[in-house]
Amino acid sequence: MIKNMTCINCPLGCQLKVEVDGEIKVSGNKCKRGEEYAKNEITNPLRIITTTVKVEGGDRPLLSVKTDKEIPKSKIFDIMKEINKVKINAPVEIGDIIIENVLGTGANIVATSKIQRAD
Amino acid sequence: MERDLVIIGGGPAGLAAAIEAKKNGIDDILILERDKRLGGILQQCIHNGFGLHVFKEQLTGPEYAQRFIDEVEKLGIEYKLESMVLHLGEDKKIIALNPKDGLFEIEAKAVVLAMGCRERTRGALNIPGSRPAGVFTAGAAQRFVNMEGYMVGKKVVILGSGDIGLIMARRMTLEGAEVKMVVELMPYSTGLKRNIVQCLEDFDIPLLFNHTVTKIHGKERVEGVTIAKVDDKRQPIEGTELFVECDTLLLSVGLIPENELTREAKIEINPVTNGAYVNELMETSIEGIFACGNVVHVHDLVDFVTQESFLAGYGAAKYIKGEKSNSANKFKTKGLNGIRYVVPNIIHPENVKDAVNFYMRVSDVYHNVNLIVKDGDKVLYKSRKNHVSPGEMENVKLSKDILQKVEGDELVFELEEVAI
Ligand SMILES: Cc1cc2nc3c(=O)[nH]c(=O)nc-3n(C[C@H](O)[C@H](O)[C@H](O)COP(=O)(O)OP(=O)(O)OC[C@H]3O[C@@H](n4cnc5c(N)ncnc54)[C@H](O)[C@@H]3O)c2cc1C
Ligand code: SF4
Repeated sequence: MIKNMTCINCPLGCQLKVEVDGEIKVSGNKCKRGEEYAKNEITNPLRIITTTVKVEGGDRPLLSVKTDKEIPKSKIFDIMKEINKVKINAPVEIGDIIIENVLGTGANIVATSKIQRAD
Repeated sequence: MERDLVIIGGGPAGLAAAIEAKKNGIDDILILERDKRLGGILQQCIHNGFGLHVFKEQLTGPEYAQRFIDEVEKLGIEYKLESMVLHLGEDKKIIALNPKDGLFEIEAKAVVLAMGCRERTRGALNIPGSRPAGVFTAGAAQRFVNMEGYMVGKKVVILGSGDIGLIMARRMTLEGAEVKMVVELMPYSTGLKRNIVQCLEDFDIPLLFNHTVTKIHGKERVEGVTIAKVDDKRQPIEGTELFVECDTLLLSVGLIPENELTREAKIEINPVTNGAYVNELMETSIEGIFACGNVVHVHDLVDFVTQESFLAGYGAAKYIKGEKSNSANKFKTKGLNGIRYVVPNIIHPENVKDAVNFYMRVSDVYHNVNLIVKDGDKVLYKSRKNHVSPGEMENVKLSKDILQKVEGDELVFELEEVAI
């Protein structure tokens, strides 16, 4: 099978052709980083999720959060479901852990903004 | 009220300018911000990718902003929130309004303009059709979704493939909306490759180049849009129209510096950038009024905003302390042959600290070119570029030493083809 993808490691954005039968063969890359990228994208694509959770009693209704590590791309929507179940109480500091080890990925969901108690 | 330095706008630009002015010996500083909190547009940019240049790590927008807010607090710099500046005079008199003090006037020794930019709206585009609910700028939608928790729609079409549009395509998808497509007038995207892959391709959202929206359907609420292919002149081609059902149209069609106050003060504006002309210290055509960040020219990386704004703060401090040289020795900068604009526009070499970072944008996508800087016929700088695009700001750093040796009255920045 041949897969087409775009390398994102520099503005050139090489169009990569990736053969995935047995050994992974990459062509179209102008440098080594393209090959590495394609291999990772085929074997284990990883992403950071950034989203929000609801806040109770805060100076604003939403807290922005992120995964503190990259998580498998295939788990994005499952993790979103977990995050959307949560409601937390103000105050919150940047870096506070909102969900530990989300779905056993080893990544925590952490706060990326500061929320004060509404007064 | 009299103040040494008043900063209009508490986004990343205003915060960095305040911090640098304080570090350069100015104690009497006041930041005026119309929003309920500091941080500017970064508060709503919850995705990551900020700060790679300044902090060598990937931060989200709010995290990046908070580092500067913490520093402002630590340095004890005064700020007023919910304070809208209504007027700025040539004499640096400011009139502002807030719920606590009502209308108040400030006489400032120096002013830094850091009002950021706003988005182009449908009005600037002229898409026919009635005005149903469900048409938003991408930035307004970003604010609703990320700050207020209000989902703006379920079936979405996005016009424009700049970064804000791409980021919103992913954001809406994560929140359960169906993003049907992103439609781009040009044959290329001004957005980052990373965003095209991780915001569109990851979710199989189609990106249609050379297409535009020609009509918005629906009376109360958007019911769909008509899209069409465009020709070389960016005009819709008859017979290529296609109806796409959707309840929401997001516009991500560009940003314009927010310069009402600048115009009021009769500061000279560059028609290409829609921002003030500035010199090596980010000073405008009025002495003692400085400008930085998106109010000068639209940046894609906040890191560059920060660097430019430190310079404005440094310049304002120099001016207030009377250390700025007013020597007549100066030259202008100019973009030619593919360079659409260069900032800053005027250089007094004596006032340069160590070097000047020149920021510029190209007018089209080019491959295999040299970016060169010339003083008359003399080439002062040359750099090979495999790929340049209007979506990515280029920058060239020239040392004080080089700048002091410029003989002509104009420094020219241009692209030349590489002979292969
Ligand atoms: C919708 C949107 C999304 C963006 N997303 C990204 C992104 O993902 N990544 C990225 O790197 N860049 C992004 N940008 C660019 C971003 O704007 C800059 O990187 C950076 O925030 C610019 O900083 P600034 O301080 O110049 O402007 P801003 O952050 O816009 O701050 C200007 C501040 O001035 C205040 N202000 C304006 N007028 C007045 C007045 N009359 N009185 C008092 N206060 C006033 C405003 O309320 C605001 O807080 C985005 C821009 C927009 C508009
Ligand atoms: S393969 Fe190398 S040159 Fe091509 S886009 Fe990737 S990093 Fe850039």
